[in-house]
Amino acid sequence: MSAKITRISGPVVACDRSELFAMGERVAVGKISLVGEVIRITTEFAFIQVYEDTMELKIGEPVAATGSSIMVELGPGLLTTIYDGIQRPLITLQQQSGDFIARGAAADALNRERIWQFIPSQCVGASLSAGSILGTVQETAAINHKILVPPLLSGRLIYLVEEGGYQLSDVIAKLKTDKGEEHNLYLYQRWPVRTKRPVGKRLTPDLPLVTGQRIIDTLFPIAKGGTAAMPGGFGTGKTVTQHNLAKWCDADVIVYIGCGERGNEMTGVLTDFPNLIDPATGCRLIERTVMIANTSNMPVAAREASIYTGITVAEYFRDQGLDVALMADSTSRWAEALREISGRLEEMPAEDGFPAYLPTRTAEFYERSGKVQTLSGEVGSVTSIGAVSPPGGDFSEPVTLHTQRFVKAFWVLDKMLANARFFPAIHPLDSYSEYAAELGQWWSKLSPQWQQDRDQLLRLLMEADKLQGIIRIMGEEGLSDHQRKIVMAERIIKEGFLQQSAFSPKDRYASPEKQALMLQLIMRRLNQMLDDPSPAAEAVKKFALIELIRLKDDLGSDESDKILSWQGGS
Amino acid sequence: MKDPVIYTQLDRIEGPLIAMLLELSDIGYGEAVQLVDKQGRTRNGRVVLMDGEKVTIEVFQGTAGLAKENMRTRFLGRPITLNLDPSIIGRRLSGMGEPIDGGPPLAGSGRDINGSVINPTARAYPQEFVQTGISSIDLMNTLVRGQKLPIFSSSGLPHDQLAIQIAQQARIRPDLSGHTQDLNDSSKELVVVFAAIGVKHDVAVRFAEEISGRTVSFLNLADDPVMERLLTPRAALTAAEYLAFELGLHVLVILTDMTVYGEALREVASARGDVPSRKGYPGYLYSDLAALFERAGQIKGKKGSITQLPILTMPNDDITHPIPDLTGYITEGQIVLSRDLHRQGIYPPIELLPSLSRLMGDSVGEGYTRNDHLPLMEQLYAAYARRDEVRMMSRIMGEDDLSEIDKCYLKFGKQFEQHFIAQGAGENRSIEQSLAIGWQCLSRLPVREMTRLSKEELAKHQDIWQTSSIGVTD
Repeated sequence: MSAKITRISGPVVACDRSELFAMGERVAVGKISLVGEVIRITTEFAFIQVYEDTMELKIGEPVAATGSSIMVELGPGLLTTIYDGIQRPLITLQQQSGDFIARGAAADALNRERIWQFIPSQCVGASLSAGSILGTVQETAAINHKILVPPLLSGRLIYLVEEGGYQLSDVIAKLKTDKGEEHNLYLYQRWPVRTKRPVGKRLTPDLPLVTGQRIIDTLFPIAKGGTAAMPGGFGTGKTVTQHNLAKWCDADVIVYIGCGERGNEMTGVLTDFPNLIDPATGCRLIERTVMIANTSNMPVAAREASIYTGITVAEYFRDQGLDVALMADSTSRWAEALREISGRLEEMPAEDGFPAYLPTRTAEFYERSGKVQTLSGEVGSVTSIGAVSPPGGDFSEPVTLHTQRFVKAFWVLDKMLANARFFPAIHPLDSYSEYAAELGQWWSKLSPQWQQDRDQLLRLLMEADKLQGIIRIMGEEGLSDHQRKIVMAERIIKEGFLQQSAFSPKDRYASPEKQALMLQLIMRRLNQMLDDPSPAAEAVKKFALIELIRLKDDLGSDESDKILSWQGGS
Repeated sequence: MKDPVIYTQLDRIEGPLIAMLLELSDIGYGEAVQLVDKQGRTRNGRVVLMDGEKVTIEVFQGTAGLAKENMRTRFLGRPITLNLDPSIIGRRLSGMGEPIDGGPPLAGSGRDINGSVINPTARAYPQEFVQTGISSIDLMNTLVRGQKLPIFSSSGLPHDQLAIQIAQQARIRPDLSGHTQDLNDSSKELVVVFAAIGVKHDVAVRFAEEISGRTVSFLNLADDPVMERLLTPRAALTAAEYLAFELGLHVLVILTDMTVYGEALREVASARGDVPSRKGYPGYLYSDLAALFERAGQIKGKKGSITQLPILTMPNDDITHPIPDLTGYITEGQIVLSRDLHRQGIYPPIELLPSLSRLMGDSVGEGYTRNDHLPLMEQLYAAYARRDEVRMMSRIMGEDDLSEIDKCYLKFGKQFEQHFIAQGAGENRSIEQSLAIGWQCLSRLPVREMTRLSKEELAKHQDIWQTSSIGVTD
């Protein structure tokens, strides 16, 4: 006798016979088998968060246990695919049920029909540890997918297929463990989303994730395997910045999670990425991208799960020795999903109605990123970049505060900059990155005085900011000639270096070389101006400062010679 | 199947909610309910909570006059639906979708007003420029077909007039957009679906009179039942989806006033005992609003589209209030109206700096409008933002102490507000006219300030500076 529904309140359903269920277990709810997860067990009842709309569900309908937790499928076919929060491929759902998503739809996450060309790299008889590479599948032009022995499994290889075309359902290898158990291995494996995948060893992130965005790479860089958060009120360009990072950063694989955001934005990614070329590999951007879309109008519980689905996929590619960048837009919507479920469970709220475990969950999520030595001894990384949407643009709210504690780069998006259409609207004084010092060495190879230039640039911005305060009270008349030049330098830095248009074909991506050369050139020019005895009013023309501002859009990343030899004016 | 009509005693009556004890096996979550009280008045409701043998129903017409005595209750075995067929065009309906124009009952098949989620892979990315004839929108915050672009207003500002003007003037320009196919005359025009959510009677009348052409109205007026307001936008959007995706029409949905909608939602939430988050609004306000706003868009392979123009009034002019704040996070931009400009007699009083159209970047420029559109917009924005800083300074120091260049910015700002932002309530400017006025305004500033424009763009328009008071070589 199976359990029956006894209570329905929005996305939370309770059923009797709680002894049949385990915490975190995946269950099938109702006659049409909606996907749900057990989140509380009491003496009599099991509480379930349902990943689909509970409309028309009835009291007394059955709830069936499945014996496993919420899992994702990991294997060839992930790339270029767009999933919902619980890894149902949206294209397949569209083929099944049309333009609108139907309830109770089910589909395999990975295509079972498709034939993959598998090239084995082991021999029968080999003793394999968990995470060892069995062989490879060229999944897309960009990514050679390594087929791994699942974590937690090791033993002697007693069977391995020859090179050839296989489907996911084909057994490609058999492993005999020390205890004598035989395990069939396939091209794909399953993993529970809420458990982090094991690694060999955690390493210190020491290489930059080059994003092609000057204000990030030069001022507030992020390391491969690092964490960053991007808080900003609405309209400050969080999504555009996330898209730019997904497009141009030098990771091998991108996992893009649209968590509780707009449907059209995911459509934008789907429209854009197949047509854009990755500057590093020359492949189409879509070939390195996995998308997870749980838009704001999709069920709230699946939104909560989408973050975990995404990070598990990211970890899986990391385990192949790849650098993965994960973008989550927006983690505030994930926190709100937690809050909504918590409210339906009638838990005692902490700040702003959020549950008391919000900081723990936030930490757990960000801690799953990092640079690691994988089980097979390769080096891989997961870089997590989360957008945060503080209500009313108030950064003292719980999600922003808790996130700030667990990330090392903090890019503050500023309303005033956005209003003036100054993008990326990352505030150059309020933002910070704890990776800056460590990554300086990498940049010094491109430009010996990089560290010096960068520090001076920040100093100039800080000084100018103080002077702006004086100007506000006394006008420019209140400044000395030298001070006026500093204010002028600030403008050149902001407009000529920090500002970067996502729509400028030559500047939307700036290579590290271009950035280093521009920094060098601009700081040299500004120092000349600051040291020059001529009055501030003449300096604009004498040092061709306006041309210096246009430099970024005039010269592309492939024109470093021209940047080097740029003379403009003096 | 048991008899759908049951007589039962109420267990609890609280605010808009009633609870009753009964055998629940055949009742679905969210199911529509009809109640007939002792006086024979019919009320409508829906199931919002089911717990053991207790069912809680939200009554849209309120619970005044209800007692615990036996009441005739009918569970309809389906969610709340709206009947739709082509004759819906031209009808005037109540906030619940019942005819109030004296016409026959609605025909056609019933559709669940909660709608379903459009699969993101089925969406077509909105890129079709809609010319509204209003410079501050067309050039600065372009409306795109399939977009949801709200108007953030305040009490006493002319948001209704602006919405009416947009509804009257909005057109797709087939000559501009190479992407638009098969635009015959009728499809250039928009069908307007108008949802009044708790607005005053005269506002509703004005919309009814001034929006000419093909319209469907859903009217929940200020004195109509509060709970009905939760249904009004859903019914309107269900009609819009039918018109757009089944009849292939281009639909403009005007929802006013979303702040009133939010308040109705808060009222139900607090009656239900939901944990409040900011300002007493329930934590799911974001998801609830998103469920409405996300019903805009275009679908691949379907001719029609839904463009949403929700209007909301910011309580106390506060843009950080939960309703405008969450709306801004969901919608694809916002048009913000300013009391300051309104006092100066400028119509439409669109405050450009906080206004935004997120879909603009991919929908203007070469192949859509004109290639100077985006850089000109950015330059105007940069200059206007600088003007704001200068104006703040001048208020402290007086205008006389400003530098020459700062004075130029003040003059630019004045010219820009009076000639570019300001226009007549019936003035329909083409995008070319708007671009020309934009360039004219810029010529108040020296060329060297034009750092957002490329040398090529400046060379093309240098004659504007030659004829203006400031020389090119300044």
